[in-house]
Amino acid sequence: MDLRIGWLYGHEMNIYGDRGNVLALLHRARGRGLEAEADVIGVGDTFDLDRYDILFWGGGQDREQITVSADLQGQKGRDLKAAVEDGVPMLAICGGYQLLGDGYRPYEGDKLPGIGALDVTSEAGPTRFIGNVVVDSPEFGDLVGFENHSGLTFLGPGVDPLGRTRVGHGNNGRDGFEGARYRNTIGCYMHGALLPKNPRVTDWLIAKAVQRRGTSGELPPLRDHIESAAHGAVVKRALQLGR
Amino acid sequence: MNPISGARTIAAMAANRVIGTAIRRTGRGGGTAFPGMVATRIAPDLLDRLATRLPAGAVVVAGTNGKTTTTRMISDVLRNAGLDVAHNRTGSNLVRGIAGAFADQMPIAGSGPDIGVVEADENAFPEVVERVQPRVILLLNLFRDQLDRYGELESIASAWRPVIRGLGPETTLCVNADDPRLARLAEESGANVLAFGLSTAGISLPEMPHAADAAYCPVCGSRFDYSAIYLAHLGDWSCATCRRERPPLDLTVTDITSEGFERQCLRLEGWEPGRALDLDLALPGVYNAYNALGAAAVAKSLGIASEALASAVEEFRPAFGRLERVEMDGRLLTLTLAKNPTGFNEVIRMLDSTGYDGAVMIGINDLDADGRDVSWLWDVDFEVLARRNPPTIAAGIRGHDLALRMTYAGLEPDRLDSTVAGEPFDRVVDHLDSAIDPGERLFVLLTYTAMLQLRAVLAERGVVEQFWEQ
Repeated sequence: MDLRIGWLYGHEMNIYGDRGNVLALLHRARGRGLEAEADVIGVGDTFDLDRYDILFWGGGQDREQITVSADLQGQKGRDLKAAVEDGVPMLAICGGYQLLGDGYRPYEGDKLPGIGALDVTSEAGPTRFIGNVVVDSPEFGDLVGFENHSGLTFLGPGVDPLGRTRVGHGNNGRDGFEGARYRNTIGCYMHGALLPKNPRVTDWLIAKAVQRRGTSGELPPLRDHIESAAHGAVVKRALQLGR
Repeated sequence: MNPISGARTIAAMAANRVIGTAIRRTGRGGGTAFPGMVATRIAPDLLDRLATRLPAGAVVVAGTNGKTTTTRMISDVLRNAGLDVAHNRTGSNLVRGIAGAFADQMPIAGSGPDIGVVEADENAFPEVVERVQPRVILLLNLFRDQLDRYGELESIASAWRPVIRGLGPETTLCVNADDPRLARLAEESGANVLAFGLSTAGISLPEMPHAADAAYCPVCGSRFDYSAIYLAHLGDWSCATCRRERPPLDLTVTDITSEGFERQCLRLEGWEPGRALDLDLALPGVYNAYNALGAAAVAKSLGIASEALASAVEEFRPAFGRLERVEMDGRLLTLTLAKNPTGFNEVIRMLDSTGYDGAVMIGINDLDADGRDVSWLWDVDFEVLARRNPPTIAAGIRGHDLALRMTYAGLEPDRLDSTVAGEPFDRVVDHLDSAIDPGERLFVLLTYTAMLQLRAVLAERGVVEQFWEQ
């Protein structure tokens, strides 16, 4: 079977190596003999809800996020929300995570509306959180990444946290949580990129996509020694450097 | 000269010299930045005063990539033209480092160098211009740096704007017009502008590299159209919405002929009316073509003879860690520093286009000077290198990240050697004994502190000089 990845705003919102997530999905899907391809869905493009098996949305700079927010105020945003509701596996990082929620309130100026697919709200914070992150996730074990955000995100009752931060600040530096989980969607602040060094998450997204096609979600294992070494090295490095 | 501040200048210069000598004698480092710091503490206007003592004025070079190589070329050109040059050659490029270098190279009394060549850090640039009052400014490029410094390019451009705007016609502004941000700055300047860029459609990239960052018009926010992309976001750009486009070029390279891994030939037009000048450049890579073109722009604006330019680029000896060739027990190492994604992309492109078929070692550190975040590895087009499937040694604190990146770029597992990933560089150098056979080549591509660490080990073992001895 083939697996089609929709890369939301791959031109407008692709900072801090978030592209690595798409590369990881392609690599590990192809490793299982799936014919995987990725398409960028950009500003002004129509979003075909039935076309994609997995969605990915990265972070962006302020100016681009304003353009993207405007692009989602209509059918496209409603379709994207429907995809999340429908259980399309999705990963959204940083700016994508914020816009998947209720939106982002800057210090000055109007609130940047999101699409309300996740019960989270975000606002500008006083400091920028920059550094390695280690998160303990009940579903995925320990996750590693690199955070770089001044936005603070708060979780509503409609979502679960992705995990608790062991190193780093996470959603807001206050409640100890990082990321959000809802249906088959993960939102979080972890760049790095996230998926290459956390292959369990990559495989979970692929397995969910395969299940939705009506086949068993059992993926044959891959030899993961390079991923494990990179993961382990970051855990060690993060603990060594501390918060 | 005001006697009190004159005495202060002399005291500062003396302190600079004594401390610099002491540091070098005790072997504690290059001794270029700290003495300058003490000297500028004693005389805060030291650099201003020293600059006024240069009869032919000064050249200030800024940009994120290629400053060290380009200032060295300019310095060689000027020396070939018979000028005595003061230059912050070790790359210590903040105000204190520049002042320290000048104080070292100028006599405390009497006449000294004719002209200054200054490599300026991009954040120090406005203050350097203010103090040095240069006769020529060269703006090379603005590429996205290690990514944990957010919004850096826009804030650098904003910090430069008032300084560039305030220049008068007595200053020549040599500007790389292929960089839309820099072209915009030059448009607003009162200086005498000399625009340079490439006109070599044959080496245009098929698409914008993933690490590129300035594809949007700073005036109206539209996406630029490019009729040619030469390097990252540098190219022949235009904006359909506000009808701005790359300005006409005063100096351009119309043809680049690569001569393998060692050299390339550049056809320079605009140097003199109606006649092209062929430059035989002793460095490969499109990025070095830009560096040589920048040096040529400065030479032209200073009225230097073509022979001085041609022989300087022909005999150019690179700075430490810029395609520096060293031999280690019969193994031929080429050491190259890459500080940001564009630097990596261009070195990889150079390896690919020159058909390099030896082994590579890539070392990634994540200390402050490298950038703490290594996410940018995923923005670099390592696929271009992986397609060649070279034996690859992964090294540095974040060597395992690099190993994973190369694997996902398509490198075959049996070509990857991550034995010394994460290990200190003395272990890495030991490992090369068994990993690389004598007579074989190894291309070494490193982030900044990885380069310092590797070179320290190589210097200890007598393979290279300490960099401040160069």
